[in-house]
Amino acid sequence: MSAPLVVSGLRKQFGRLRVLEGVDVALDAGQVTALVGPNAAGKSTLIKSILGLVRPDAGTIAVLGETIGADPHYRRFIGYMPQAARYPDNLTGDEVLALLADLRGGQAPHDHALRASLGLTAETLARPVRTLSGGTRQKLSAVIALRHEAPVLILDEPTAGLDPLTSSHLKELVRQRAASGAAVLLTSHVMAEVEELADVLVYLVDGRVRFSGSLDELRLRTGQRRVERAIAHLMREVA
Amino acid sequence: MPWLRSAAGTAWVLAATSTLSAQQTITVRAAGPVATIAGALRQAGDGDRIVITAGTWALDSPLVVAHRVDIEGEGMPVLRGRGNHELLRITANGVRIRGLAFQNVRTSYIDDLAAVRFIEVDGCAVEDSRFEGTFFGIYLQKAKGCRITGNHFVGGGRSESGSGNAIHLWNSTRTLIADNEITQHRDGIYLEFARHVDVVGNISEANFRYGLHFMFSDSCNYRGNRFRSNGAGIAVMYSKQVDMTGNRFEDNWGAGAYGLLLKDITDGRLEDNRFAGNSTALFLEGSSRLLVRGNAFDRNGWAIKLMANTEGNRFEDNTFSGNSFDVATNSRSNASVFDANYWDHYQGYDLDRDGYGDVPYSPVRLFSLVVQQNEPALILLRSFMVDLLEVAERVMPVLTPATLVDQRPRFTVPK
Amino acid sequence: MSAARKVLGYSLSNLLRNWWVLGYGLLFLFLTDALFRFGGGGPRVAASLMNVVLIVIPLVSVVFGTLYFSNSREFIELLLAQPVSRPALFTGLYFGLALPLAAAFAIGVALPAAAHGGAGLMRPVATLVAAGVLLTFVFTSVAFLAGVHFEDRAKGLGFALLVWFCCAVLYDGLILLVATMFRDYPLEPALLALTVLNPVDLARVLLLLTLDAAALMGYTGAVFGRFFGSALGIAAAAAALLMWTAVPFLLGLRGFNRKDF
Repeated sequence: MSAPLVVSGLRKQFGRLRVLEGVDVALDAGQVTALVGPNAAGKSTLIKSILGLVRPDAGTIAVLGETIGADPHYRRFIGYMPQAARYPDNLTGDEVLALLADLRGGQAPHDHALRASLGLTAETLARPVRTLSGGTRQKLSAVIALRHEAPVLILDEPTAGLDPLTSSHLKELVRQRAASGAAVLLTSHVMAEVEELADVLVYLVDGRVRFSGSLDELRLRTGQRRVERAIAHLMREVA
Repeated sequence: MPWLRSAAGTAWVLAATSTLSAQQTITVRAAGPVATIAGALRQAGDGDRIVITAGTWALDSPLVVAHRVDIEGEGMPVLRGRGNHELLRITANGVRIRGLAFQNVRTSYIDDLAAVRFIEVDGCAVEDSRFEGTFFGIYLQKAKGCRITGNHFVGGGRSESGSGNAIHLWNSTRTLIADNEITQHRDGIYLEFARHVDVVGNISEANFRYGLHFMFSDSCNYRGNRFRSNGAGIAVMYSKQVDMTGNRFEDNWGAGAYGLLLKDITDGRLEDNRFAGNSTALFLEGSSRLLVRGNAFDRNGWAIKLMANTEGNRFEDNTFSGNSFDVATNSRSNASVFDANYWDHYQGYDLDRDGYGDVPYSPVRLFSLVVQQNEPALILLRSFMVDLLEVAERVMPVLTPATLVDQRPRFTVPK
Repeated sequence: MSAARKVLGYSLSNLLRNWWVLGYGLLFLFLTDALFRFGGGGPRVAASLMNVVLIVIPLVSVVFGTLYFSNSREFIELLLAQPVSRPALFTGLYFGLALPLAAAFAIGVALPAAAHGGAGLMRPVATLVAAGVLLTFVFTSVAFLAGVHFEDRAKGLGFALLVWFCCAVLYDGLILLVATMFRDYPLEPALLALTVLNPVDLARVLLLLTLDAAALMGYTGAVFGRFFGSALGIAAAAAALLMWTAVPFLLGLRGFNRKDF
């Protein structure tokens, strides 16, 4: 069976700025892939391309074997957790969840366990979103991303702003998802997190993939045991 | 009824006819001894009464009434013309006509053919009669002391040039025109060189030109009439001592239509009239020493247009509401007085609570001057930009007449 | 387009709890009521409201719309990451804003008008409400166009305000200039065309025809009256307002479809 998400030859240019210059990435089922790179390397453009938020100039993206086009249907198979979400001020958490479930169609997911494990009480969810803290909104985003048990998960800095306890719960949930066969794409600035969660690392610089392989391969290549050092090594190598 | 007093001049006619002892009644009936109206007129002498029975009486030429008779209809008989001629020509004094229907006096472009013409008579009356499709209805030519009351006129023409006037007075005096209903004529009531005429309680509407039109007619009096939807409204010209009170001028729409057009009128009085829904309610040109008091101007395009050559007029206790423009003028100077009127556009305040606004009101808007010179600009009426210009002009008057102000704008509608 | 309806539904329940929208409705409610209480008769109220409608509605629609769109950017991105098509989302968001704004205004004016009643009120009030609703739709379109095309909120707001200023103020200055400069020519057809091309002026003239009928019965007014009374005129006015709603909307939609977030 082919990989749930395959990106090949992806190019994107904003005006004169070349952001992606032929990116090839494949996400395997059951694995967590960390997307790492310096600022302005093209990470968010890559993620947005996969989500259909950015229209690539060239290259293809295939989700579950189907090349994506204008039809938004494929996004049913993707769970997405944005870096910092903002929700309509006057809706309650419940209403936001209801709307997003509604937009996906089908049955409302049974996510009570999920909500509970992230510490979202019924009382919290009954309040207007504008009264919620950044961390609580982040939990809401996590529920939205995880509850449909999508085969592809895209998590953009998922633990930023979360307290340590929730953070570790979330990481545990991500591992469980991967264990049950989901392909996970993760960006993070916390290398310890990458080391803890990721099976595979994709290193992106100036719109090109400079390294792609397992963490062990990374260690082997750079001769560094710790991922943080290995990345630093890669950065020097590229420069 | 107040008009009875002014009709006193004609009263003797009626008194005389009704008290004659030797009065003879001649009945005109198709199957009777007197079968034609002409026959009856031949028999009748002064003071006799002719009764015309119901039916249609066709006429081939005008009937001349040369004796003082009462002609009365029984069941509204119809006198119907057959060609280009008048129906009745009355040359005797004190003739009274009552309850007849006059039909079919054709349009003539040469003569002012009338259904009933009085020529140089002293005393006459036309009452409760109908005029249908008659070119001119009643024509008073050098007559005096007449009463025209309770008649109904429906003109037959379709245009201004193809129709005549319902009631036409030329060189006549001491006449009462009351409670008539007039429509579809050229002018409803037309007075030329008339004196001491009372026009009271008439309804004149949907005429092609003027509902009421008078020229060179001094000392006349107009009360409680209703003028509606006439082609050009009402025009009063070249007259002195005109009294107009309690009339209604309504819905006279059009570029050349006026609720009331006053041209060269002096020493007149306009009180308690109501002007509503006219393109221009009151237009004054060359008029002076008029008192305009207690009138209501409601929902007109222009409530008052005051031309430069007017002077010495007083406007007081009038109510202006819902008009697009309250006062327009073509002059920067002003020789008329506005005092104690109610203006709904007034935005001042009354801190001393005396019922009058504490800041004067200038009813002439800059935009009305613009429109006067450049009519298409009217499309900008009520535009925000125009309001801004207006504010600028208020702060620093450059174009609007500085003296045309109401120093005591009323705070409430006068009683 | 059931996704559009869902987005519309959420947008409605969000905005109907928005204090600005409620305040906007209450503003019209109190204003209309106060005008009825202190200002006198119905036509007078309609006339006073007319200036408010022609200035405030475009301004509020365009400013609030632009801010609303740019404030919703992150949520729009999240929604677009769901299986929702862009046209559906855009349409849902558009009506989700235009409808509450229009409703706030319409209810704010209609309630006091109904309460105070009065003969001869129906037509001016109905025309007023219709004009206000149409202007809301037009200027919400413009706002969304600005929101789509300008990433920078300040620039978007600047563009939106510029469009408002041109329509509400500057354009009439232009008309006055044209009318003054070419006063010796028969100007009515040209002015008619100019009027139809600006939604604010078009709404104003349609209101004039009910409020200042008498003044408009002069030669110039008669030309306008005849035009807008004719089938051609009604069609032209409807087409122009529709065009003013549709063109910015479609341009915005096109931009939204092609946009990289």
